[in-house]
Amino acid sequence: MTTSEPSLPRENFLNCDYSIRSWLLTTDHKRIGLLFLVSITLFFVLGSAYAGLIRTELLTPRGDVVSPQNYNKLFTMHGLIMVFFFLIPSIPAVLGNFLIPMMIGARDVAFPRLNLASWYVFSIGGVFTIITAVSGGVDTGWTFYTPYSSIYSNTSVMTMAVGVFITGFSSIFTGLNFIVTIHKMRAQGLTWFRLPLFVWAIYATSIIMVLGTPVIAITLSLVGLERLFHIGIFDPALGGDPLLFQHLFWFYSHPAVYIMILPSMGVVSEIIACFSRNRIFGYKVVAFSSLAIAVVGFLVWGHHMFVSGQSAFAGLIFSFLSFLVAIPSAIKVFNWTATLYKGSISYDTPMLYALGFIGLFTIGGLTGLFLATMGMDVHVHDTYFVIAHFHYIMVGGAIMGFMGGMHFWWPKITGRCYPESWGKLSALVIFIGFNLTFFPQFILGYLGMPRRYHTYPAEFQVLNVMSSAGASILGVGYMLPVFYLFWSLRNGPIASANPWLAKGLEWLTPSPPPTDNFEQTPVVTEEAYAYRPEETASG
Amino acid sequence: MTNHWLGFPLFPEQASSMAGRMDALYFFLVAVSGFFAILIFVLIAVFIVKYRRRDGHMPVPSGHGHMWLELVWTVVPLALTMVMFFWGAKLFFHIYTIPPGAIDVFVVGKQWMWKFQHPEGQREINELHVPVGRPVKLTMISEDVIHDLFVPAFRVKRDVLPGRYTAMWFEATRPGKYRLYCAQYCGTEHSLMTGWVYAMDPVDYQNWLAGGAATEPMHVAGGKLFQQLGCATCHKADNTGRGPTMVGLYGSRVTLKSGEVMLADEDYIRDCITKPNARPLPNYEPIMPTFKGIISEEGLLQLIAYIKSLAVPAAQTRSETK
Amino acid sequence: MDESHAIVAHQFDDAGQQRESALLGMWVFLATEIMFFGGLFAGYTAYRFQYAEGFAAASHHLDMLLGAINTAVLLTSSLTMALAVHSAQVGKKPAHIVGWLILTMLFGCAFLGIKVIEYHDKFVHHLVPGASFAWEGALARQAQMFYYLYFAMTGLHAIHMLAGVAVVLVIAIQAARGRYTPQYHNPLEITGLYWHFVDIVWIFLFPLLYLIA
Ligand code: HEA
Ligand code: HEA
Ligand code: HEC
Ligand code: CUA
Ligand SMILES: [Cu+2]
Repeated sequence: MTTSEPSLPRENFLNCDYSIRSWLLTTDHKRIGLLFLVSITLFFVLGSAYAGLIRTELLTPRGDVVSPQNYNKLFTMHGLIMVFFFLIPSIPAVLGNFLIPMMIGARDVAFPRLNLASWYVFSIGGVFTIITAVSGGVDTGWTFYTPYSSIYSNTSVMTMAVGVFITGFSSIFTGLNFIVTIHKMRAQGLTWFRLPLFVWAIYATSIIMVLGTPVIAITLSLVGLERLFHIGIFDPALGGDPLLFQHLFWFYSHPAVYIMILPSMGVVSEIIACFSRNRIFGYKVVAFSSLAIAVVGFLVWGHHMFVSGQSAFAGLIFSFLSFLVAIPSAIKVFNWTATLYKGSISYDTPMLYALGFIGLFTIGGLTGLFLATMGMDVHVHDTYFVIAHFHYIMVGGAIMGFMGGMHFWWPKITGRCYPESWGKLSALVIFIGFNLTFFPQFILGYLGMPRRYHTYPAEFQVLNVMSSAGASILGVGYMLPVFYLFWSLRNGPIASANPWLAKGLEWLTPSPPPTDNFEQTPVVTEEAYAYRPEETASG
Repeated sequence: MTNHWLGFPLFPEQASSMAGRMDALYFFLVAVSGFFAILIFVLIAVFIVKYRRRDGHMPVPSGHGHMWLELVWTVVPLALTMVMFFWGAKLFFHIYTIPPGAIDVFVVGKQWMWKFQHPEGQREINELHVPVGRPVKLTMISEDVIHDLFVPAFRVKRDVLPGRYTAMWFEATRPGKYRLYCAQYCGTEHSLMTGWVYAMDPVDYQNWLAGGAATEPMHVAGGKLFQQLGCATCHKADNTGRGPTMVGLYGSRVTLKSGEVMLADEDYIRDCITKPNARPLPNYEPIMPTFKGIISEEGLLQLIAYIKSLAVPAAQTRSETK
Repeated sequence: MDESHAIVAHQFDDAGQQRESALLGMWVFLATEIMFFGGLFAGYTAYRFQYAEGFAAASHHLDMLLGAINTAVLLTSSLTMALAVHSAQVGKKPAHIVGWLILTMLFGCAFLGIKVIEYHDKFVHHLVPGASFAWEGALARQAQMFYYLYFAMTGLHAIHMLAGVAVVLVIAIQAARGRYTPQYHNPLEITGLYWHFVDIVWIFLFPLLYLIA
C-alpha cells in the first residue's frame, strides 16, 4: 500500500465541524453513513453477545446455563438483532451511503433529509429493541410464527414487533433514496454500463427494500392486532389460517436474504477487480445477475414451507424457482474466479476477505440447493443443517464482504491506513474460527439435531463443543478489527487519495473527501475497472 | 456401529424404507456440491499463486467476457439443478403419498407433549409403538400452536397444525428404539417435546397391543360419543333424520349447495363438526349446532374413526337425497 | 429563471434534475405503498376464496349507496386536485390554486365523514369484530373475517386520507404565500400523485368489499 507523504489536515467532511450537533443534524451522506456504522456496530456486539451465550449453553447436552425460556429468548433476540438491526442495514446504510454518491460523481444523495430521517427511524426502532431486551426479551423465534406469537407467547412480542415495523421504514427510505440517486444523479458520461458493480448491486438491493419491506410491516401489524384484540386472521381458533402468516412473512424474508447478500457481492466485485488489476470478467452478466436475483428472489418464498402443509404443487413451483435463482449466483462465482485469471494479484487484507467470501458463500449456496430439493428438505428442515447453511452465507459470506469493504474503503473514509499485518491476521482467524463453528453443524443437522433446542441428546456433544470452540475463536477474530481500526483513527499512517491505485470516482477525491465530495464534478470517459497493465508496476 | 467415529456419530441410522432413498439423494447432492466447491477452491488457489503480483509481470486484461464460457457455466449448473429438482420432487411425493393398507395411528400434539392413539384404542404419551415391515400412517393435529413430528432415523417429518389434519407415513425396517422430536418451535419446552419410537417385530407388536389394560377400539369409543352428544338424533343410519346419514360418508364425494364437490376425508368431517353449516348441503336446513370447544381433539378423532367405520367399499356412493 | 435557481438544493445541478428526482421519488414511494396494501389484498384474496359464501353474505350489510357516493366524492376530489396542479402549471394566481386545494380538502373530509357514519352504523349493529360481534344466521366466523378485513383495509385507507388532507393543508398554506410558480411546483405535483394514488386504492376497495355477489 502506498502512503503519500503526510499532508496537513485540509478541510474535509470529518473536520469541518466537530460539534455533536453538527453530527446529529448532518445531511451529509458520508456522515450519515458513519452514524449508521456506529449504530450497527453496537447491535453487532449485542447480537454477538447473544450468540456467545447460545454457544455457551450448547456446550453441554443438559440445559444448565439458562432456563428453557431464556434460551428461547437468546436465539430470538440474536436472530432479530443480527438480521434487522445489523445485516440488513450493514452494507447499504454504511458503505452504500458513503460510496454511492461518490461512485456516481454526485454531491449527495437525492434526498439528504430523508437520509437523515432514515437513521433516526432506525434508531427509534433500535430503542424499541433495547427496551425489549431489557424488559425480558421475546421468545417467538425471529420468524414470529403464528399462532404462537399472536396468542400464546407471554413475552414482549408487541414491543419487538413495533421495533421491527419502525426500522422497516428506515430500509424503505434508504432504498428509495438510492434508486432515485442512481437514476437521476450520475455524473456526465457515466452510463449504466459504466457503473461500478457495487452500484448495480445496491440498486438491485434497493428494489427489494422498497417492494418487500412494506409487506413485513403490514404482516406484523396484523399479528399485533390479533395479539391485542384477539381478533385476527392467523389463528385457526379465530377462523384464520396460520399458513397465511408464513406466506406473508417469507414473502418479505426470503427477498430479505438477498438484501443481505447482494451488497456484499457488489463489494467483492470491487475488491477482486482492484486487487487483480483486472476488469470483472463478464461485467454485464454480473450486473444483470444482481437484477435477476432481485426479481426472481420474490417468487421463491414457499421453499421455507415445504413441510408446513402447503400444497405439494405450490411446493413444486417454489422448488423449481429456487433452483433458477441459484443460477445467477453461480454465474457470479464463476465470473469472479475468471477475473483472477491472468491478473496481477496481491494479497492485501480486503482481498483475503473477498477470497474468503467466495469460498464460504459457495459452500453456503450449494447447501442451499440441498434445502431447495424438496425431498431432501423433509429431512433437514428445521435442523442445524439450515442453521449452518445460512450462517455460511450470512456470516461467512455477507459479513466477510462487509469486513472486506470496511478495510478497502477505510483509508478513504478516515484518511488513515489500518495496520496491514493485523488485518491479515484477523482475516485468517475469522476464517478458521468460522469453519470450526459452523461446519460441524452440517453434520449435526443431517444427524437430526433440531434447531432452537436448549437441550440435546448426549451423542451430539462432541460436535457441539467443536462449534462452541470455533465460536470463541471467531469472537476473537471479530474483536481484533474493532481494536486496530479504532487505534488507526489516531495512529494509522495518513492515507493518500488512492492508496490501492484503484479505479472508480471515489478514489479521485482526497481522503477523507471534502463535504461536497469533489472539488470539481468529474466527467467519465471510460468504463469501470479500466486497469492498465503499466500502472501496476510495483505493488 | 459403522456410523460412529471416535465414539460420536457422523451419520444417522437408517431404520425405514425411506432412509436409503433419502441418503442416495443426499450423496448425489454432496457429490455435485463437492465437485463445484473443490473446482472453485482449486481454481482460486492456482490463480492466486500463478498470477501473484510480481515486478515485470504484466497482467493481461480480461476482455468483455466470453460468450462460450459464460454459456457453459450457466447451462451445466442449470442442468444439474434440474436433476436435483426432479429427483427431490419424486422423493417428496413418495414421502407424502400414503400407501394403501397402512396402519392408522392418530397423533395429537400439544404444548409440550405428543399423544398417540392406535385404532385398537391404546393410548401413549411421547412413545409410539409400531411394527416393522408395515406402513404406518400418522394423522396429526395440534391442540394449540404449530408443532412438527420428526423421526431422523426414518427421515420423515411434517408440521402438525392446529385446526387441520396433516398426514405422513413411514415403514420401519429394523426393530429398535429411535428418537422422535418436535421440530417446529412451539414455546418454552419445545426442546423437551421429544420421545421415542419403538419399532417392533410384528409378533411383539401384536403382543404389545394385546397387553396392558383392556381398551376400547377408537371407533367404538366414537360410536358412544355419537350417542352421548346427540348426533344420533339427527343422523340416523337409515337416513330418516334431520341430517344426512353417516353411513358411507367417509371417502365419498359430497356435492355442496354451492355445487362444489368435496372429498369427505378427515378434514371435511372435522370441519362439519366444528364449523357446521359452513358448507351447506342441498336439501338440509342449516340447523346443526356447533360442537367447537365441546369435543376434544381426541374425541373428534374418535368420532371420525367411528364415521370411518361406517364407510362402505369404494364405488358405492351414498345417495344425496332424503 | 434566476428566481427558480434559488430553490435548487445543493445536491442538484439544476431545477430540471431536482424536479425529475422528486417525481421519481414519489413513484418509488407509491410502489412501496402498493406493496403495503398488497399484504392486505393477499389476505383478502386468500379468504375470499375460502369463505366465499360468508363474504357475500357479510357484504350485503354494507351500504352500497354510501359506498357509491363516497366513490363519486373521491373521484371529484381527484379532479379538483388535478385542477390545482394545472393552475400552478399555467401560472394562475395563488388564490386560484388555493381554491382548488380547499375544495379537494372538503371532498376529502366529506369522504371521511361518510366513512365515520358507516363505521358508526357497523358499531351499532355489532358488526365490529371482537367480543361484541353478533351475527344472526350461519357463517358467523366467515362474516367476522370479512369485517375484520373490511376495517383493516378501509382503516388503512382512511389513515392515508387523513395524511393526505394534512399534507394538502400545508401545501395550500404555501400556495397562499405564492410559493408555487410554473417553474417550481414540485411539492404540489407530488402531493397530487399521492392523492390520486389514494383515490385509486379506493377504486379497488369499493368493488372488492361492497360489490360481492
Ligand atoms: C443472505 C442470506 C441467504 C442467502 C443468500 C440464501 C441463499 C439461498 N438459500 Fe437460504 N436461507 C437463509 C439465508 C440465505 N439463503 C436463511 C436465514 C434461512 C433460514 C431462515 C429460518 O428458517 O430461520 C434460509 C433457509 C433456506 C431454505 C429453507 C430451509 C428450511 O427451512 O427447510 C431454503 C430452501 O430452499 C434455502 C435455499 C437457498 C438457496 C437455493 C439459495 C441460493 O440463492 C444460493 C445460490 C448460491 C449458490 C448455488 C452457490 C454458488 C454456485 C456455484 C459455486 C456453482 C455451482 C452451482 C450449481 C451446481 C447450481 N434457504
Ligand atoms: C446476520 C446474521 C447472523 C450472524 C452474524 C450470526 C452470528 C452467529 N450466530 Fe447466529 N443466527 C442468526 C443470524 C446470525 N447469526 C439467525 C437469523 C438465527 C435464527 C434465530 C432463530 O432461530 O429464530 C441464528 C441462530 C443461531 C444458532 C441456533 C440457535 C438455535 O437454533 O438453537 C446458533 C447456534 O450456534 C448461532 C450461532 C452464531 C454464532 C456462533 C455466530 C458468530 O458469528 C458470532 C461471533 C461472535 C461471538 C462468538 C461472540 C463474541 C464472544 C463472546 C460474547 C464471548 C463468549 C463466547 C463464547 C464462550 C463462545 N446462531
Ligand atoms: C340438530 C340436528 C343435528 C345434530 C344434533 C347433529 N347434526 Fe350433523 N348435521 C345436521 C344437518 C342438518 C346437516 C347438514 C349440514 C348442512 O346443510 O349444513 C349435518 C351435517 C353433518 C355432517 C356432514 C355430512 C355430509 O353428508 O356432508 C357431519 C359429518 C355431521 N353432521 C356430523 C355430526 C356429528 C358428529 C354430530 C354430533 C357431535 C352431529 N352431526 C350432530 C344436523 C345435526
Ligand atoms: Cu412442539 Cu416444538
Ligand atoms: Cu429463502
